[in-house]
Amino acid sequence: MTSGKASLAAAVLLALLAVTAAAAAAPLGDAAPGVAIYERCQACHSLERNRTGPKHCGLLGRPAGGVAGFSYSAALRDSGIVWSKESLERFLEAPLTAVPGTRMGYAGVKDPQERADLIAFLAAAAPCKD
Amino acid sequence: MTDTTVLLPRRSFFAAAGRTTLSAGAVMLLAGCGTRQAAMAADPSADANILNSALGAEQEAIAAYQVGAESGLLSQPVLDLAVQFQGHHKEHADVLAKIVRDLGGQAVEPLASYDFPTDQLKSEADVLRFAAGLEKGAVSAYLGAVPLFAERELAKAAASILGDEAMHWAVLRCALGENPVPVAFVS
Ligand code: HEC
Repeated sequence: MTSGKASLAAAVLLALLAVTAAAAAAPLGDAAPGVAIYERCQACHSLERNRTGPKHCGLLGRPAGGVAGFSYSAALRDSGIVWSKESLERFLEAPLTAVPGTRMGYAGVKDPQERADLIAFLAAAAPCKD
Repeated sequence: MTDTTVLLPRRSFFAAAGRTTLSAGAVMLLAGCGTRQAAMAADPSADANILNSALGAEQEAIAAYQVGAESGLLSQPVLDLAVQFQGHHKEHADVLAKIVRDLGGQAVEPLASYDFPTDQLKSEADVLRFAAGLEKGAVSAYLGAVPLFAERELAKAAASILGDEAMHWAVLRCALGENPVPVAFVS
């Protein structure tokens, strides 16, 4: 193998590793399988209605604790979080670690692909009707 | 799905089952989670917090079964079944509220009104599917609560309720003519 070919092979290998690493850090989410993941939340949440937990329509871009008429914990309301893919990624992995004192008594979605699909589903949901 | 009754045992079965399960579950839970153990919990207020979110979901389930029972859409033996399941949720809620208070917390109250999608409930199957969705969600909610408790007896109590919700979910799926146990692991 010439040194040119060797460095090309090394570069290809590095590029592949970089792609794999990026994928491991944040897998691409798909809203379609996210529907089934969201069913895990349906004891407490729905897109359109406040229940034990707040409604999820219009979530992305909204400050945490921002649904009018829902009674939040001070911990979540004062967290300073604005919901984005990144902040949801952190919160949904381990809600009580991300926001100690939150009233959402749920361990979280530990699988990165399931979490990404769930967030893609939340991001794709229609805006609130009111 | 028009005739759900063919898939279910006779009515008398549910009546008898209701009587025997009533005290057994409550006694078992309270024995494990009485005041003495509760006082020893590592982080009572965090545990009470988790129990309160489960309590909120139970209170909603009680109200949802009430809507189902009063809808006029449920025939026998499905109606008896709904009333029996509602009774279980009442038992869960009573036990959860008691433990929250034993831990020094304040048990959440049921909402003044629940905004159920009643416009979508037009047949027995609609009501069953609505209830099945709530029960499936309850299984997931308890599964998400079990690893969080500082006090392991509370994790056990939550797992005990999880098992009951999973049975409800399976029977409702059966009544809908669906595979009652579609997966080896709940999530
Ligand atoms: C046991 C009930 C319960 C379950 C199950 C549950 N949540 Fe929550 N959730 C809550 C409660 C209660 C709050 C409000 C928390 C607070 O005020 O601290 C909340 C808050 C949230 C928020 C913040 C919303 C806002 O308006 O700031 C998000 C996002 C969220 N939940 C997503 C989820 C997702 C996704 C799932 C399913 C994987 C889920 N939750 C499961 C009860 C639950």
